[in-house]
Amino acid sequence: MLKDQDKSPSSGAEHAKSTNLTEVNGDVEMLSGGDMVARALEEEGVEFIFGYPGGAVLHIYDALHRHSSVPHILVRHEQAATHAADGYARSTGKTGVVLVTSGPGATNAITGIATAYMDSIPMVVISGQVQSHLIGEDAFQETDMIGISRPIVKHSFLVKRTEDIPRIIKTAFYLAASGRPGPVVVDIPKDITAPAYKAPFDYPAEVSLRSYAPAEKGHSGQIRKAVELLLRAKKPMIYAGGGVIQGNASAALTDLVRHLNFPITNTLMGLGAYPGSDRQFVGMLGMHGTYEANNAMHESDVILAVGARFDDRVTNTISKFCPQATIIHIDVDPASISKTVISHLPIVGPARPVLEEMLSQIKDIEAQPGIANRVDADAIAKWWATIDGWRQKHGLYTQNRFDDSSENIKPQEVVQLLHELTDGKAFVTSDVGQHQMFAAQYYLFDQPRQWINSGGLGTMGFGLPAAMGVKLAHPDAIVACVTGEGSIQMCIQELSTCKQYNLPVLIVNLNNGYLGMVKQWQDMQYESRYSQSVYQDSLPDFIKLAEAYGHVGIKITDKKQLREQMQTAIDTSREQVVFVDVYVDPHEHVYPMQIAPDGAMNDMYLSKTERS
Amino acid sequence: MPTVDVDISTRRIISLLMENSPGALSRVVGLFSQRGYNIETLTVAPTDDVTLSRLTLITLCDDQTIEQITKQLNKLVDVVKLVDLTEGEHIERELMLIKVRASGEAREEIKRTADIFRAQIVDVTSSLYTIQLIGTQQKIDAFIEAVKGSNVIEVVRSGVSGIARGEKVLAL
Repeated sequence: MLKDQDKSPSSGAEHAKSTNLTEVNGDVEMLSGGDMVARALEEEGVEFIFGYPGGAVLHIYDALHRHSSVPHILVRHEQAATHAADGYARSTGKTGVVLVTSGPGATNAITGIATAYMDSIPMVVISGQVQSHLIGEDAFQETDMIGISRPIVKHSFLVKRTEDIPRIIKTAFYLAASGRPGPVVVDIPKDITAPAYKAPFDYPAEVSLRSYAPAEKGHSGQIRKAVELLLRAKKPMIYAGGGVIQGNASAALTDLVRHLNFPITNTLMGLGAYPGSDRQFVGMLGMHGTYEANNAMHESDVILAVGARFDDRVTNTISKFCPQATIIHIDVDPASISKTVISHLPIVGPARPVLEEMLSQIKDIEAQPGIANRVDADAIAKWWATIDGWRQKHGLYTQNRFDDSSENIKPQEVVQLLHELTDGKAFVTSDVGQHQMFAAQYYLFDQPRQWINSGGLGTMGFGLPAAMGVKLAHPDAIVACVTGEGSIQMCIQELSTCKQYNLPVLIVNLNNGYLGMVKQWQDMQYESRYSQSVYQDSLPDFIKLAEAYGHVGIKITDKKQLREQMQTAIDTSREQVVFVDVYVDPHEHVYPMQIAPDGAMNDMYLSKTERS
Repeated sequence: MPTVDVDISTRRIISLLMENSPGALSRVVGLFSQRGYNIETLTVAPTDDVTLSRLTLITLCDDQTIEQITKQLNKLVDVVKLVDLTEGEHIERELMLIKVRASGEAREEIKRTADIFRAQIVDVTSSLYTIQLIGTQQKIDAFIEAVKGSNVIEVVRSGVSGIARGEKVLAL
């Protein structure tokens, strides 16, 4: 056995005579590289592999075919494999797995890897590579996957020996899911997975890396200081992002927020981290955040930021960001702290243990006598009165701020109706653009992992494949993809995958005949010169298209029919993919919208005619 | 093109230990270009422990940027340990090999200058000297300045290496 271990893959030809694909030598199994990959994925408890075969991964695909218990979902384009794995990961908290071939297979996966990277989604991408001896020779379907993916992965591995496969895959899964999660690429040259060469397969129970030790809890002293700041606050705001969802900290956050009776806002990535229909939730913040959320941020004296990264779509002009606020920032990634906005009190650690310790320290302090040991209830009541005033004045949820008496169907009311008819319990994926913002504003998510969107990278084409991943993980749930006629066409080929695997998702296409968000900016900043944002008559008949794939298409043009047709669509989507093509007001804009450049948080357009 | 005023007055020497594995160096260098950080000099070689490489780089940046640079470097899975040598007492050295024209009267003058700087002439032809000099970046700059008049043919600088003074060490 030791003799075998010493051999290089190239000397493995003599093993080809072996007819058994698996040999047991002593206590250790002898496996080919391809079999090792298949087995490693089983060992990791992988539920689905999303992928597309090709020359460099054929050994792995053969291994999967022969004995893997892990189902493989054959997509129609590698980008969709990454988005589907991503949707699966976002909706479950587990690591998404992608398998693609070298060259174009790998490059097609890049957009989806970047999407996962920007939103810190755990993903392992196994890519085939040309044979080791061909690397660097511009071989057929060769691309430097490690190089091309380097800026958009948490880490990557080029496998050089079959023997290394178990350790590397174990490490890849560990890195992808721990600390601040992210995608990890494992690039495997074809010869490493060849059936002829077998090596011992001993899957490690755990890995530890001397160079990687993510924080497991926050610093108690820092948490103590944060608690003191929070108890003294007169106008506090809690600003929670995707890190709360990724860190499974929603319950801890909800407990803390309710205990303190503080207002809370969520980022686009954080929607659902705190129940959207709760009184203390003031809506999303940022570029298309609510009037009350952006004003409350701007006026606040203490901000508790959790798992959020002060993205430019949140802060507006940094130098004008929340001038009176003392900022406490909890993040598992130290590099997120003080990256854009300087944090006064950093706490490095995962959201859940930090928030739990924070609440427990607060309760300890409150158990002591003295007014200084409590939240200033009077100040908080006053603060709520101010916020409620903002809500009454321009809030999105106190009355409709769009023209709901219009004859045109408004995109906002489609989302409101979707929320109502699904009891607010659907998983909603989206693409990118106006429809994404309408979905974020009007589908009030009460649960974490319900809202699945590409927040950081803003990837059009994300919604449908992501919905497939969600549906696989949650077969009994309603999974709605809120999209637009621009985005849906970027991965529309996945209607075929939905057919193959019977994934009845509900596609709600808010069809306005324009690239809506581009058009909105052109309306606001370019005097309505619609440069390349108009489809004219080139859009397909989406109903026929859906039917061509064996699905159901429902066209909605009449506002009076909207409710009934939406109900039919939702009911039908229990069994079949339904493509709802809703003709909405082509000239609707998303409001509020922060004024940029040079605006503060609270500088907003509130409608086509009003400013804050 | 709009320009951003960045205070790059601060010179920092970052020294780090990283896994001596393929791709590690490209991740460090890539980070700098990806995030728009500046690299002035860079030097890297394996240490006595062959699984580790020591990388030293100089960057010019402001205080907020250096904080981000060290955090982002630490975040790289290949980076094991890191120190900003400029935060404490340290020794820095750079090696230069310089080829200068040395004929006629200049020949003796260059030899004298080399002696003053405690540089060594390591190769000689009838018209050229190749000189080796070890010192701080400043000292090397000064030497180049001193011999500039006499026709510098080729300059090779190693980039700065550094180590903390006293008991402080960067090791596992």
